[in-house]
Amino acid sequence: MSDDERGQRSDHGRTASGGSYKVAGTAPGESVTTVYTDPGAIDGLERAAAGEHTGFDADGSVEGFSVTRTLPLRVELVRQLRRRRTQLLLGFLVLLPFILWAAFEFGQDAGNRRSGGFVDLATASAPNFVTFVLFAAGSFLLPMIVALFFGDTIASEASWSSLKYLLSMPVPRHRLLRQKAMASAILSLLALVLLPLVALLVGMVFYGTGEAVSPTGDAIPFGDSLLAMAGSVGYIAVNLLWVAALALFLSVVTDAPLGAVGGAVLVSILSQILDQITALGGLRDYLPTHFSFAWSDLISTDIDWTNMTEGAFSAVVYAAVFGLLAARRFRLKDVTS
Amino acid sequence: MALAAAGLVWLNQDDSDAPVASREAFLEVMSGPGRDEPVTLDTTVYLPEATPAPAVLLAHGFGGSKRSVESDARELARRGFVVLAWSARGFGRSGGRIGLNDPDYEVADASGLVSWLARQPEVSKTGADDPVVGVTGGSYGGALSLLLAGVDKRVDALVPTITYNDLGQALIPNSATTGEVAASPAANPYQPAGVFKRSWAGIFFAAGMGGGGLADPTSEAAEEGSDEDDSSGGAAGTADPNAAAAAAEAQQAGPGAQGAPEGQGSRPDQERGACGRFTDAVCRAYTQVATTGQADEATTRLLARVSPASVTGSITQPTMLVQGEQDTLFGLDQADASARQISANGGPVKVVWYTGGHDGGKPGATLRGQIADWFDFHLRGRGADPGTGFEYAVQGALRPQGSPSVRTVTAPSYPGLDGGQPVRRTELPLSGEAQTIVNPPGGNPSSISSMPGLGQLIAGSSRLAGRLAVDLPGQVARFSSPAQTQQLLIAGAGTVRVRVAAQPGVPQAPGGAVLFAKLYDVAPDGTRTLPGSAISPLRVPELPADGTPVEVTVALPGIVRPIESDHVVELAITTTDQAYAVPPTAAAYTVSLAEGATVGVPVVPGTRSSSAPPAFPLIGIGVVLLVVAAAVALGAVRRKRADQHDPALADVPLVITGLAKAYPGGLKAVDDLTFRVDKGQVLGLLGPNGAGKTTTLRMLMGLIQPSDGEIRVFGHRIRSGAPVLSRIGSFVEGAGFLPHLSGRANLELYWAATGRPADKAHFAEALDVAGLGGAVERKVKTYSQGMRQRLAIAQAMLGFPDLMVLDEPTNGLDPPQIHQMREVLRRYAATGRTVVVSSHLLSEVEQTCDHVVVMHRGRLVASGGVDEIVAGGGEATFRVDAPDKAAEALSALDGVRSVEVDGTAVHADLGELPRSSAVAELVRAGVAVEQAGPKRRLEDAFLQLVGEGSGT
Repeated sequence: MSDDERGQRSDHGRTASGGSYKVAGTAPGESVTTVYTDPGAIDGLERAAAGEHTGFDADGSVEGFSVTRTLPLRVELVRQLRRRRTQLLLGFLVLLPFILWAAFEFGQDAGNRRSGGFVDLATASAPNFVTFVLFAAGSFLLPMIVALFFGDTIASEASWSSLKYLLSMPVPRHRLLRQKAMASAILSLLALVLLPLVALLVGMVFYGTGEAVSPTGDAIPFGDSLLAMAGSVGYIAVNLLWVAALALFLSVVTDAPLGAVGGAVLVSILSQILDQITALGGLRDYLPTHFSFAWSDLISTDIDWTNMTEGAFSAVVYAAVFGLLAARRFRLKDVTS
Repeated sequence: MALAAAGLVWLNQDDSDAPVASREAFLEVMSGPGRDEPVTLDTTVYLPEATPAPAVLLAHGFGGSKRSVESDARELARRGFVVLAWSARGFGRSGGRIGLNDPDYEVADASGLVSWLARQPEVSKTGADDPVVGVTGGSYGGALSLLLAGVDKRVDALVPTITYNDLGQALIPNSATTGEVAASPAANPYQPAGVFKRSWAGIFFAAGMGGGGLADPTSEAAEEGSDEDDSSGGAAGTADPNAAAAAAEAQQAGPGAQGAPEGQGSRPDQERGACGRFTDAVCRAYTQVATTGQADEATTRLLARVSPASVTGSITQPTMLVQGEQDTLFGLDQADASARQISANGGPVKVVWYTGGHDGGKPGATLRGQIADWFDFHLRGRGADPGTGFEYAVQGALRPQGSPSVRTVTAPSYPGLDGGQPVRRTELPLSGEAQTIVNPPGGNPSSISSMPGLGQLIAGSSRLAGRLAVDLPGQVARFSSPAQTQQLLIAGAGTVRVRVAAQPGVPQAPGGAVLFAKLYDVAPDGTRTLPGSAISPLRVPELPADGTPVEVTVALPGIVRPIESDHVVELAITTTDQAYAVPPTAAAYTVSLAEGATVGVPVVPGTRSSSAPPAFPLIGIGVVLLVVAAAVALGAVRRKRADQHDPALADVPLVITGLAKAYPGGLKAVDDLTFRVDKGQVLGLLGPNGAGKTTTLRMLMGLIQPSDGEIRVFGHRIRSGAPVLSRIGSFVEGAGFLPHLSGRANLELYWAATGRPADKAHFAEALDVAGLGGAVERKVKTYSQGMRQRLAIAQAMLGFPDLMVLDEPTNGLDPPQIHQMREVLRRYAATGRTVVVSSHLLSEVEQTCDHVVVMHRGRLVASGGVDEIVAGGGEATFRVDAPDKAAEALSALDGVRSVEVDGTAVHADLGELPRSSAVAELVRAGVAVEQAGPKRRLEDAFLQLVGEGSGT
């Protein structure tokens, strides 16, 4: 049925196969739509169904169905990208560097731009601006984004009651979890890349392509700093794996999307608070957020990989534990919503 | 959260290993030139688990006491040594006065302690009155180690740390010579008549007066592999509880406490006098040098007498010299001199430069372990030979977080020692015109290079202290090298030849020109870093008044510094420095480089520990990935095994056998349910709310696991994700749509998610049946309940599944819509497909379905054709014009029982008699039959069945 045909049908009101009409007697401006099925539609259904005979395969599946084609990534990405919260979040990430630029522009000028912490150095050059943005976003925003994409993914389906329809398509549970996790990973990565990329463009326009200066006075050329930034994003992505896996686990456990996202963010904040307690000493190494800023080691002429390796290891261990727990829980779970 | 934190803190506290027994005692030893002056020393012996064991004398730093080395002592005791810590005379609760490690007093005291150790059963011995003993200590205690080893041959090994060789040169250094500088990395010519290091000297004098705390480092220096930031390392100076306790104790004990160890330690400060607990000779010497800025004959003699240099010529025991790279008090040159002097006697010497020092921090755990290793090997031959090499730590670039990276360079030997190769020097050409610099009257304002005693406090990081250096304009002459083309690792003290000339006509300071030489690392952006905050003071005596220059060789301070490529090395010569006593006389000098002058910086090649990523986490990541891969593979294998097919049932849409679902707590939602659905049927699953209908359908869709029994669809056993589910279209317990998408988009995305070809979906037909019209383009969140329901049923119909399962499909629909639904289902089944409908409404099932399964409380109550159930039994109702007459006629028939009259209706149980025969009989009897039918509607049958069901 083409758009034209549909348009014509609604022009003529109720015709062949269905439509809607406004119930008389409702208040002005308020319209209540009632729906009905035309007998012709049932005829059409019967005809079409009678003419359609679909075979089936040895494994019992209907012809044309293959487990490996269910819930393609493209479809899941479309499902997520068409959500308002995804669009708003990505939009916000594009906007954030501009907001920060405006804040620096209208704020007091610190004068000396080659000393002090990352905040003082933020306006020294484009790479510094990116570094500052990553620092500013690193403790809360980035974990929250990852938690949002991963924590919301299963729980929101459950809250819409659409999970059971996905499972009875059937999308096998392990595949559903994997496709959902991969789509969330792609979106998270998109967010992780988008933020520094926009920050880099903003920085290049307003602060120039100078060299990256660290608080310790190390200066690395713009070209190398691009590599360092790419490496930083890569490290952050690996380091946040634990948030992803935890959020996914919570998403499987609860049917409330907010609970899953909030739970993961809460654990992240708790870990950061405990990390502030220096009395914990070496035990802090076991906190999942302990190495979350280890990527700043990359902004150096003599890169020390120790912290980043340990941070990656810690993240991978936590991610594996929570990820396997999520898979196990989801495999055995009774889906009732 | 607080609980978790508390738990973690508690766990962390619990890391002390084996308990160490300790014994406190006041010992009286005889000292003095005639060994006849008794002194009481406050001692603690720490005993290891296994004795007898070699002993280690552990001396404390200046201003400390035995308590300031307690943690080190326990650590050594845990390594298996008997450790004797004591408060040196004049400190803590020991008696006596401070003689600055006088051979007749402090050193004799320590010798007495060695004799005491020889009498202890816990200490291993090599002979009578000769215990196996090593000696170590930091700073003041390090000097004692050297002095004791020099005079007492019973000492078998020693590890002096961050200490001096020549106290005179440490406090009144002079780094300029007209002669040669020794060929070792950090050699300094040690010329007499130097410049008074007044800040440090003052801090030390104050420490002796009871103001301890600043004189010795309290935090630990950064080590390779450590990543703690400064704030957690106790860098705040007061964070070391032992040091703080020792300082407090020192303040309580007054000079009158000699020989009276307890009870009298509370004299007020003002009674101590100007000399505190120092001996009169030391006090006089300090007063003399502090007031004049130059040492007189007596002071020089005193300083020489108490310096290790006086005895290093007789040290032959294995010596490990540990010196700090952040030390403006006792620089690398002091250990350099000790190393040269000891090795000249043939004593084995190992030299370690670490990242700490008086400005940086005390040795970290790894270095302390090395010290214990030294004693392990040299006192009892345990462990690998630590050798006589040279190790120096290189701090890499500062990291924004945590401490800087540290790597250690190991060379086979310390260059320039007796019989060894001289140190290699890289000559960097310098350029710069002759410059005139001025010493302001009063020597003020002055350049700043370091903050003695505060180095650890500055900016929270001693390693940033190098950035604090300030040179005042007019007081500094600068000479630069070209930019480096590759990294140059300076390890030691450079040398440079400079010319100094007086300005003709300008009066000179008495005692000659005082200057300070420093070597800056200048980054391409102009940032100057003064490595180690170290400077070399020099005094050039007797400049010719006519302006003829005097050429001297200046030994620059010993540093370890990687000069990165594009960086410039800059020699700066200033007239003033905050930390030194500068002549108050105004003066002006012209400073220039000697002909073809270069700065020769020592380079010590060695093997480096790599800065590659640590192996353990990398291996760990690999292991974790393997485990995950194994888990995934295991899951795949398990899923493969789960397939089950019964070919005999390949044409039967649904067979349920012995199905049960029990929830935790014993509630059985479904219990032993068995029924079968054949092709073309519209089956109604009937039961009141809570009968287990929805649970059954959920199990059918693989959403929940049955606790018993099985479900087969076309012969395939149902489990979660079974491929046969693709032949089922379902609507179970409510619609499930993405609220932010339109109805059409929802259906399209649903179909796309099944991965099946789009032309098999038949969207148009399904949407026509839903009859939503233009509303399909609206977002689902604007839909009414009924609209969602219809859309959901359309979704279930997509692709025309062979089995359609609808749970309460008519909920929320109005009567005409219910009527349509019935029509849809009936005609859908007529195409050879099967429909299962659940409902709690009898009328709905009666009107829609041809077969029915009645459930109650999870159990099957009845199943069969709707007609059979409805017409079960022979009860019939006749509507007649003459009820009484009809009742009579019926009663007369064979087998007919329980005839009742109810208004115009007559009920009767016809038994085996067909209703048509009964009607014929009535007509024959002259009764007009208006209507004849079964007595019970489904409702009655249902209620009866349910009643039976609940009765069992």
